[in-house]
Amino acid sequence: MCLHDPDIGRDVVSVSTAIAVSGLVKDFGPRTRALDHLDLRVEAGEVHGFLGPNGAGKTTTIRVLLGLLRADDGHVDLLGGDPWRDAVALHRRLAYVPGEVNLWPNLTGGEVIDLLGELRGGLDAARREELLERFQLDPTKKIRAYSKGNRQKVALVAAFSSDVELYLLDEPTSGLDPLMEAVFQDVVQERRAAGRSILLSSHILSEVEALCDRVTIIRAGRAAESGTFDELRHLTRTSVVVDTARPLEPVTRWPGVHDARVRDGHAEFSVDPGELNHVLAHLVELEVRSMVTSPPTLEELFLRHYDEDLARPGAGAGAEVTAR
Amino acid sequence: MSGFTGTTRLVRLALRRDRITLPAWILGMATFLAATTAMFEDSYTRHPELLVPDTQIVIENPGMRVLGLVTGPTIGGYTLHRDALTLAVLAALMSVFAVVRHTRQSEELGRAEMLGAGVVGRYASLGAAVIVALAANVVLAGVLGLGMIGAGQPVTGSLVAGTSIALVGVAFTGVAAVTSQLASTTRGATGLAGAALGGSFLLAALGNMLGTVDSAGLRVTSAWPTWLSPIGWGQQMRPFADNLWWPAGLSLLGLGLSFGAAVVLVGRRDVGRGMWTERRGPARARSSLLSPTGLVWRLQRGALLGWAIGLVGFGLVFGALSEQISGIEGAATEWYATFGGEADLLGAYWASMMQMAGMAVAAYVVTLLLRLHHDEAQGTMEPLLATAVSRLRWFAAYAVNALVGATLLMLLFAGALAVTGGLVLGGSAALLRDLVGAALVQLPAIGVLGAAVLALVLLVPRWSVGLSWTLVVAAVFVGPMFGPSLGLPRWLLDLSPFTHVPNAPAVSVSPGPVLGLVAACALLAGAGALAMHHRNLALPA
Repeated sequence: MCLHDPDIGRDVVSVSTAIAVSGLVKDFGPRTRALDHLDLRVEAGEVHGFLGPNGAGKTTTIRVLLGLLRADDGHVDLLGGDPWRDAVALHRRLAYVPGEVNLWPNLTGGEVIDLLGELRGGLDAARREELLERFQLDPTKKIRAYSKGNRQKVALVAAFSSDVELYLLDEPTSGLDPLMEAVFQDVVQERRAAGRSILLSSHILSEVEALCDRVTIIRAGRAAESGTFDELRHLTRTSVVVDTARPLEPVTRWPGVHDARVRDGHAEFSVDPGELNHVLAHLVELEVRSMVTSPPTLEELFLRHYDEDLARPGAGAGAEVTAR
Repeated sequence: MSGFTGTTRLVRLALRRDRITLPAWILGMATFLAATTAMFEDSYTRHPELLVPDTQIVIENPGMRVLGLVTGPTIGGYTLHRDALTLAVLAALMSVFAVVRHTRQSEELGRAEMLGAGVVGRYASLGAAVIVALAANVVLAGVLGLGMIGAGQPVTGSLVAGTSIALVGVAFTGVAAVTSQLASTTRGATGLAGAALGGSFLLAALGNMLGTVDSAGLRVTSAWPTWLSPIGWGQQMRPFADNLWWPAGLSLLGLGLSFGAAVVLVGRRDVGRGMWTERRGPARARSSLLSPTGLVWRLQRGALLGWAIGLVGFGLVFGALSEQISGIEGAATEWYATFGGEADLLGAYWASMMQMAGMAVAAYVVTLLLRLHHDEAQGTMEPLLATAVSRLRWFAAYAVNALVGATLLMLLFAGALAVTGGLVLGGSAALLRDLVGAALVQLPAIGVLGAAVLALVLLVPRWSVGLSWTLVVAAVFVGPMFGPSLGLPRWLLDLSPFTHVPNAPAVSVSPGPVLGLVAACALLAGAGALAMHHRNLALPA
C-alpha cells in the first residue's frame, strides 16, 4: 500500500472492517420506517456490492454512513468512528459519489473537482489529469451544460482523484455509456489493488459481478442476504433436467422439489439447496439416463428478491420507504 | 396557431401549482391596503381639518415625494401616497415570480422538456405563464378596489386605485416574459426583471421629486422621467382625484410589445437555453474558491454586484438632492424633526436615507441566506458535507458572506451619498465620516434579521422561505418608515429591529440599543447553530 499520510497509515492498520452496521433503524416521521434493523459489513480492502430495488433504503443507508442523517437505533461504525459524531474527521478518509449529482450550475467541472478535493483534504493533481483523460471529460464546461452522465463523471473524477481509504459510490454509473463503464471498472479494480475499500450501490448486475467480492441485498430496509456470489448461489434452488428409465411421477411428492413438470421419463424441476442430496439418492433408484443441473443465474438470484418485494402489498413502485 | 397548442392545459397546470401562492400574495396585499385605508379613514373622519395641512406637509418635502404621487387632499389619495409604491413593487414581484416559475424555471429543471415532448406548442408555456399572471393581476385589481371600498372610499376612485397597482404587475408580466428568454437561469431571469423594477422605481421617484407643485400646494405634476416608468404609468391614473383610465393603455401597450418580443425570441432559441449562451470557464479552480467561504462568495458575487450598482445609483441621486432638503421650510420640517432636531434637517434626511438603505440591504442578506435552504432542498449541500467540512463551517461561510456583503453595500451607499452630497453642499470629508458611521450603525439591525433567517432555515427548513420574507415585510412595516405614521402602538414598533437603530447622523449613537441588537443577533444565530447539529438534513430523494 502506498500511504503518504502517516495518520492514514495508522488508521488502516488498526481497522480491519471498513463499515460495520448492525440493527440500524431509521424512521422518517412516526409512520415510515426507511431502515428496519439493517446489518451491513464491509471488510477493509474489499469491493462490496449493495443491491436492492428502488426505495429499499440504499441511499438512506449511505446518508447515515455520511452523518447526513442520524440513526434512530442500532450501531454504526465507519472506519472505526461514529459517522454522526466524527463526521469531519472521517470525511477526510473517504470520498463519496452521490446517485443524483447536484452541483453548482455556474461553476465549471474542473472547479468543482478542485473544490471537492481540497475540502476533503487535498487531491493528487497527476491523478486528476489522468482521470480527466480516461473519462474524456472537458473540465472547462459549466456544470449546467453537462449531461447527466458527464455530471456523474465530474463526481467520479472528484472522488477518485483523492487517495482515501473508503469510497462510497451510490449508483455511480447509471448515466455512463458502456465505454465509460469499462473505464469505471478499471479504476475501481485499481483502487482495490491498492487496498482501498469500496461500497458500491448498483443495479447493473454485470458490473456487480465483475467488481464485487461480496454483496448485500437490501429489501424494505433490511438486509435480505449477504455473502459472496457462491454463498448466495448455495442459498438458492438448483434447477434440474433429468431423463430416467422408470417413470418420474413420484418426483412431485419428494420434499424440497418445486415447479416440477413431468412427462413419463423426463422431468424439469428445481430443488432447495438442503434437499439436493436426498433428491439425487431417489433419482438413482429410478435409473438416471442423463441429467443436467445448473446453479441459478445472477439474474434469477436478484429477480427473486426484487420480485418478492414487488409482490408484497404496499411496497414496490413509487414507495420510497415502506410504510408500517 | 399551432405554436400555442396546449396552452389551456398548461394554464390549468399552472393554476393548480399556484393555487396557494397567488391567492396568498393577493390577499396579503389587499389586507395591507384595506387595513391602512381604514386607519387613515378613521383618523381623518375624526380630524377632517388636518387633511389639507397634512397633504401640504408631504408635498413640500421632496424626500417624501419620492414615496409616491400626491394628487390632492383626499383620504384615498393620502393612503395611496403611503402604500402605492410598496404595493406596486409587490404586484411586480408577484408577476415576475409567476412568469419565471412557469417558463425559465421549468426549463431549467427539465420539466419543459417533458412537456415539449407532448402535444404542446413552442409558445404554449410562455402563453400560459402570461395568462396566469394576467389573471392574477385582474383579480388583484378587483380585490384591492373592494378593500378600499370596504374601508369607506368612493367606488370609482377605489377601482381606479386597484387597477393602477395591478397594471404595474401587468407591465412586469411582459418584462419577465422577455427576461426569461434572455437569461438561461431562473436567478438570472428574476435578477434582470428586478433590475428593471429598480430602474422603474428610480424613474418614478425622480419624476415625482422633481415635479411641479400647484399654487395651492396640494397637487404634483410629475416631471418627464415618470413617463418612462411602469410604476409611473400606474400613478398617473391619479385615483380619487382625476380618475384617468387612459394611462392604463401605456401598460397594456408595454405588455403587448414585450410579449411580442418574447414570442420572437422563443422562436430563435433552443429549449433549455437563453439567448445569452454559456461561456466556457477555467479548467482549474483559483485558490480563492477552495474554501466554503470562497465558494459562497463565488456563488453570490453576481447578485452582490447588482445590489451594489443599485445602491450606488440611489446614493448618488439622493446625495445630489440634499440641497433641496436644506431649503425646506414650514410644516414639512415636523416630519424630519421626528428623526432628529429641527436644527439638523439634513442629518434627519440622511438618517432616513440610511434607514431605507438598511432595509434594502436586509433584503439582500435574506436572499443570500435563503440560499442555504436551497442548498439543502436541491441537494448541493450533500457532496459538500460529504467532504471534511463541518455543518458549522458551512453555516459560518454564509454568515461571513452576509456580514461582509452587507458592510460593503452600506459603505458603498454611504460613499455615494457623500460624493454627490459633498459636491452640492461642500465639506465632503466630514460628511463622509458622518455617513460611514450612520451606515455601520444599520448593521446590527440587518444582522438580527439575518440571524433570524438562519435560525428559520435551520429549525423549520420547509417553511423558511415564506416565514423569512414575512419577517422582513413585518419588520419594515412596524419599523420607523411606516409604523409611526400608521399610528401603531409602541410595543409593536419595538418588535422591529429597525426601530432600535439610532438615527445617526442626526443624533449621536448610544451603545445600549446597538449592543442589544448584537446580543439578539448572537442569540438567534446560536439557536440556529444548535438546531443544525441535531437534525437530519432534508435532502432530495
